[in-house]
Amino acid sequence: MKTIIVVGNGMVGYKFCEKFVAHEKSENFKLVVFGEEPRPAYDRVHLSEYFESQDAKALEMAPKEWYLENQIELVTSERVLDINRDSKTISTSKDRIFSYDYLVLATGSSPFVPPIKGVEKKGVFVYRTIEDLEGMLAYAADLKKTKPNAKAAVLGGGLLGLEAGKAVLDMGLEPHIVEFAPKLMPRQLDSRSSNVLQLKLESIGLNIHLSKATNQILGNGSIEGMEFGEDDLLYVDMLIISAGIRPRDELAKTCGLEVGVRGGIVVNNKMQTADEHIYAIGEVALLNQMIYGLVAPGYDMADVAVKQILGEAESDMPTDIDMSTKLKLIGIDVASFGEPFMPASKGHSIIYEDKTKFLYKRINVSHDRKKLLGGILVGDASDYNMLHQVYMNGMPIPEEPAQLILPSSDGATAFGNVMDLPDEAQVCSCESVTKGQICGVIENGEAKDLADVVSCTKAGTGCGGCKPMVKDITEASLKSLGIEVKDSICEHFDYNRQDLYKIIQVKGYTTFNEVLDNHGNGGHGCELCKPVVASLMASIHADTANKEYAIQDSNDRFLANIQRNGTYSVVPRVPGGEITPDKLIALGEIAKKYDLYTKITGGVRVDLFGATLKQLPLIWKDLIAHGFESGHAYGKSLRTVKTCVGSTWCRYGMDESVSFGIELENRYRGIRAPHKIKGGVSGCIRECAEARGKDFGLIAVEGGWNLYVGGNGGANPRHAELFAEQIDNETVIKYLDRYLMLYMRTAKPLQRTAAWQERLEGGIDYLKEVVIDDKLGIAKDLEEEMQTLVNKFECEWTQAVNDPEMMKRFNHFVNSKEEDDNLVFVPMREQKMPEPWK
Amino acid sequence: MLEMIATTKKYETVKTEEVTVWFKAASVNDFPKDGGACVKYKDLQIAVFNFTRLNKWYATQNLSPEKQEMVLSRGMIGDHKGIPMVACPLHKRIFSLEDGSNLNGDLEPMATYPVKIIDGFVHIGFAH
Repeated sequence: MKTIIVVGNGMVGYKFCEKFVAHEKSENFKLVVFGEEPRPAYDRVHLSEYFESQDAKALEMAPKEWYLENQIELVTSERVLDINRDSKTISTSKDRIFSYDYLVLATGSSPFVPPIKGVEKKGVFVYRTIEDLEGMLAYAADLKKTKPNAKAAVLGGGLLGLEAGKAVLDMGLEPHIVEFAPKLMPRQLDSRSSNVLQLKLESIGLNIHLSKATNQILGNGSIEGMEFGEDDLLYVDMLIISAGIRPRDELAKTCGLEVGVRGGIVVNNKMQTADEHIYAIGEVALLNQMIYGLVAPGYDMADVAVKQILGEAESDMPTDIDMSTKLKLIGIDVASFGEPFMPASKGHSIIYEDKTKFLYKRINVSHDRKKLLGGILVGDASDYNMLHQVYMNGMPIPEEPAQLILPSSDGATAFGNVMDLPDEAQVCSCESVTKGQICGVIENGEAKDLADVVSCTKAGTGCGGCKPMVKDITEASLKSLGIEVKDSICEHFDYNRQDLYKIIQVKGYTTFNEVLDNHGNGGHGCELCKPVVASLMASIHADTANKEYAIQDSNDRFLANIQRNGTYSVVPRVPGGEITPDKLIALGEIAKKYDLYTKITGGVRVDLFGATLKQLPLIWKDLIAHGFESGHAYGKSLRTVKTCVGSTWCRYGMDESVSFGIELENRYRGIRAPHKIKGGVSGCIRECAEARGKDFGLIAVEGGWNLYVGGNGGANPRHAELFAEQIDNETVIKYLDRYLMLYMRTAKPLQRTAAWQERLEGGIDYLKEVVIDDKLGIAKDLEEEMQTLVNKFECEWTQAVNDPEMMKRFNHFVNSKEEDDNLVFVPMREQKMPEPWK
Repeated sequence: MLEMIATTKKYETVKTEEVTVWFKAASVNDFPKDGGACVKYKDLQIAVFNFTRLNKWYATQNLSPEKQEMVLSRGMIGDHKGIPMVACPLHKRIFSLEDGSNLNGDLEPMATYPVKIIDGFVHIGFAH
């Protein structure tokens, strides 16, 4: 068995492992990977997301267990120091020596720190690793304690610099970008597009300083400012250097491998260095005298190296490496493809610019206007995928090429169908997935929807830029096979939940039969559409489940949770989890009176099990007499708002989490939604209420609440995402009203907020635009609809026990007062349980 | 196991021509529209469904063939590809109200009984 050692566990180093595992001949090799960072490879491209999530795990390419499962030996926190090419061994920072048959250098690059006087001062950071980010976060947090309006500058207005600028914004510091060149992103953008980008960035609060050469960094121990010229100073409290990268080729230099003048290990198109047993891939490799600082070519290099080592001698890198990119910088689309800057000798440029909308689009076409050669998009890159494909595949373009970028009045696209793309068109460049492969997994039945396509082909799992196109191809391909892509709720309606919401709201229907007779397919409804319509009636008219109880789902019909043997459990509401001793005693006494099994629920309430239909109203009369009301544990509605004890008692508490939790629970109680909703409120960042595991969560911080949305536990646990920071109680309620109402209007049946948010086109950024910036102009409607529901709240159990007609349903028999004689309970730990199922 | 066989046999489909007893169960008003309720006859539990949309009545065993619990009368009714059905509230297994067969699996069919309405009262037919 031969040994391959990979030095470096970054994105490209990881991709080498992945491609290796997938290769059929890998079993004849042992793979050992060294990473100097303490954690396995993570997604550096999306590093700035760490500031929002602070969840390093979320960025991981694969967890540690993955390496173990695939028999890859992963050594972290250990740096390779030396290579001995004669003995084919390496030595490490822990004085260990390993032999190799093949060595793969994937050491990547390090940030370039220009030799500026004072650069060693405290508060000066580079932007590359999670540890760098953690250092910045800690420093920024300290800064803000003494100086709430602290400023931070980023040195470098390139791609990474702007990412770092977003990090500064996310940390709540006043952001400044300092660039040596006279424009932002000088390598990717022309002057006009750079100017449009600058205007947009300035409009969201970034301060841009161009043509500035930093002479020295001022300050006494810690940074206090930057000096550009004698009278040209910028006072800042923190600096992030992002002035380019340098390949980490020191290992190659010490063992005599050839490196380029400006760094980088020289490789041939097989990714081989001068030593045939040593390969170099990713940002450390100098191929065609170029360093390719993008993920896609890095992944291709990993693929070539794996194939070469495993015996596919013919595999090599293409001579033309595509450097097209599409990014979202601080929420702004920026893309370039092909030849973005093109000399007039090669063709014409067509430019569309609208500074009022911060839009810039440029395409370069050949003199005969038949070929697309390249282009730049700023502000809206939704056409990127298609333009890129047209460019890559040399597809014909419209006679009037301007149509490709001009906004069309009827919303129609100038491109044909995605299905017109040739099969070999590469749709996902990170994972090298072609259109043919996507259609293939659909045609052979492996994939039945978008999620299947993604898991079968990995398309869209890299930078994610191709997702819309993958979706379009999937849908078109399913359609061509006669598989209808519809999300209608069941066989009785051709509408989805959102359509029905609008129909019921506009037409003002109040019964299931009205909806079915006017908009159904002629059938009689079923267990799928009935509860959906019931829930919509509740969301639109604030109807309780008592009104039309025969269309309610199992639990709603009897306002209790049906359990294994057909008996029910009862959960009264305990807002925020706060309960008086008297009420707690009352719960115990009522449980004893009806001989109910008692348990504390996952939502920290008390659940009383084993009630028969006949007992339910009796139990509720007693509960209501003691001041309880329905907890809606049976409904697709708000369950609990879990709270920690907060500043009323806790010595760490920053705000009254219990008081606010109670207010929120009482506000949204009883409101029915596509699925259950849970909330959480924590009084400080220790997060004892586990608020980020809820549909909405609040964490008290200096200056207000941080609001998180879209979390859940369950089979696919997900942390809620940061939505707004340092907002007051009133703003929290405003945003939550809008957010929840939008969810209630548009989600699919039984879709939790997390899944809804994830599948929402535009994701959390779009949500913020709608909920916070009111992009669609519906915020007022959403708030009013929610307020109406809040005002109309009525406890449905109080309603039921006070109405003899409603009470009729709580009997096991319609013709006898007897109980179900089929029930058998057996004792368990001093209580009872239903006899086990046979 | 013996007990199980005894319970299953307890509920057997009765055809109209086999009826010897028309049991007067309850007023039609005691049953929800397009929904069901449970009737006690001797030691039997019978689920009776008022399928208002079809202007039809159905009677079946109340016992879920899947888990042997007395719950079917509390299920939602409707149609599956045109066949009138009831969905068990426990795991949404669906059964034909016409012949009792399981429409989304291969569970034992449920027993069905004839129903007629006389003077506003629901009558269920039994063989004995």
